[in-house]
Amino acid sequence: MAVLTYIESSNGKIKKSGFELASYACELAKQTNSSAIAITINCPDTSEIANYGIDKVLKVNSDSLNEFNAKLYSDVISQASTNFDCDRIVLSSSSDSKYLAPLLAAKIDASYLNNVISLPSNLNPFTVRRTAFTNKAFSDTSSSSKNIIIGLSNNSFGLVENSVSLSEEDFQVNLENSNLAVESTEKASGTISIADADIVVSAGRGMKGPENWNLIEDLANTLGAATACSKPVSDMGWRPHSEHVGQTGKPVATNLYIAIGISGAIQHLAGINSSKIKVVINNDPEAPFFKAADYGVVGDAFEVVPKLNEKLKEFNLQNS
Amino acid sequence: MKILVCISHVPDTTSKINFVDDDTKFDVQGVQFVINPNDEFGLTRAMWLKEKQDASIDVINVGNQTSEPTLRKALAIGADRAIRINAEPIDGFFVAKQIAEFIKENPYDLIIAGRESIDYNGAMVPGLIAGFLNIDYVTNCTKLDIENGKATLDREIDGGKETLSGSLPIIIGGQKGLVEESDLRIPNMRGIMQARQKPLDTIEPFDFSPNTSTIKFHKPEPKQAVKLVDSDNLDELINLLHNEAKVL
Repeated sequence: MAVLTYIESSNGKIKKSGFELASYACELAKQTNSSAIAITINCPDTSEIANYGIDKVLKVNSDSLNEFNAKLYSDVISQASTNFDCDRIVLSSSSDSKYLAPLLAAKIDASYLNNVISLPSNLNPFTVRRTAFTNKAFSDTSSSSKNIIIGLSNNSFGLVENSVSLSEEDFQVNLENSNLAVESTEKASGTISIADADIVVSAGRGMKGPENWNLIEDLANTLGAATACSKPVSDMGWRPHSEHVGQTGKPVATNLYIAIGISGAIQHLAGINSSKIKVVINNDPEAPFFKAADYGVVGDAFEVVPKLNEKLKEFNLQNS
Repeated sequence: MKILVCISHVPDTTSKINFVDDDTKFDVQGVQFVINPNDEFGLTRAMWLKEKQDASIDVINVGNQTSEPTLRKALAIGADRAIRINAEPIDGFFVAKQIAEFIKENPYDLIIAGRESIDYNGAMVPGLIAGFLNIDYVTNCTKLDIENGKATLDREIDGGKETLSGSLPIIIGGQKGLVEESDLRIPNMRGIMQARQKPLDTIEPFDFSPNTSTIKFHKPEPKQAVKLVDSDNLDELINLLHNEAKVL
């Protein structure tokens, strides 16, 4: 029995979330007296993964896997799990991994536990804590299935550094055809996506119009953050739908979430609740967001945000 | 074209979340239940296909009798027939098995579910059904057009979107974008009256067991009061984020 983790890559490099997955998989293996194996798809350089305890990586290379396809990718992971007798599979909470997870679960007859935020508290039955009710509660969920897929919530476990030497193995897969074809992809280039970001700067109606978003983008640039927005802002078309965070938008689980001119409707708070530290900037001291935030500034966003940006630039210079 | 929309019966987004029975069950006391928002976007999209392309819409729910008002609402919005599989929806695996088994006997061209329910957030029902039945599947679906048995779909990806093409039958996990919030329909009196005459069939569950169980629910620790920083003293905010919260 072993733990398998699928490590995502982009532009030939391991994604940051992969280090957290590697850390989790290795700790899980330790706890279950087994070993952890990673699998990557079309990722030439996997060396960094060895800093987080992974000593064996299966490398899959195939032109038919250049574009993400949930069915084919789940086939790949399923073949690896069978070949190497893996009964625990650890996946990230990216859109792609959440897409392929249930397909994989059906294929290998596994239980799928997503939004997981802890190592198992019990191994028999296998019990982990996950978030439920859109972050308004936690659920200790158990499964007695032979195979279990764990969808790890972003930034919930952290990194465990442990440098080991890595052995790489090319892994051959048999691929079927897929009826689904990718026609085109639109991706904002040069910016960080909400799912990959450590820091998210999010703004709401308080910004008064899309023309004022340069303030938000400038602050995000200084922080190396992704930009996000509230539901009304995406409904009015000020910002693209992919930036909308909240219950019906994207969930955010980041280390630092800065909310500017967002009052904090319950649906918005539900979506961002699993972020570690929340900062609110709002001119209305009665805004509900202040009750959910760790730090707050009561003030006009148009004055506070540029000032904060300047201060952060100074901070970056001092700390670089 | 035959469409099946899977409907989850969930607490309204503004509900207070509490638990009973030694924190093993959700407390339904005083809670208003609604069609899962992600499913409702899909149902509304299905209505457009019905009106423009002469599709028929069945809705299905795995649940006990308390889900019937939610199914009636779906009928009042415009679905033609409702099916309730009479069982507690214990986990996503159980629900998906039930619906997949039903589809095996009653095939559909298009199956729409939400990308996830807003209560248990399992995000697996449409994907598992697709896997059990080997039908093509697209989730986080923000656009769906069907023409001559061909489907064109947008999928929201991290930081953007992807356009896919496929053919029927297909299963989608829908969300906002399939239609906008302003497109959602509030049933009118005529719809509500008609819904009373439409079939709502109850069928007994197929013989499957869930593969997970909830040991206990927990509520988050009460939050500490927010630390306010004066807008003239933003250095202090940076100091707190750097030294106290350690996120900078």
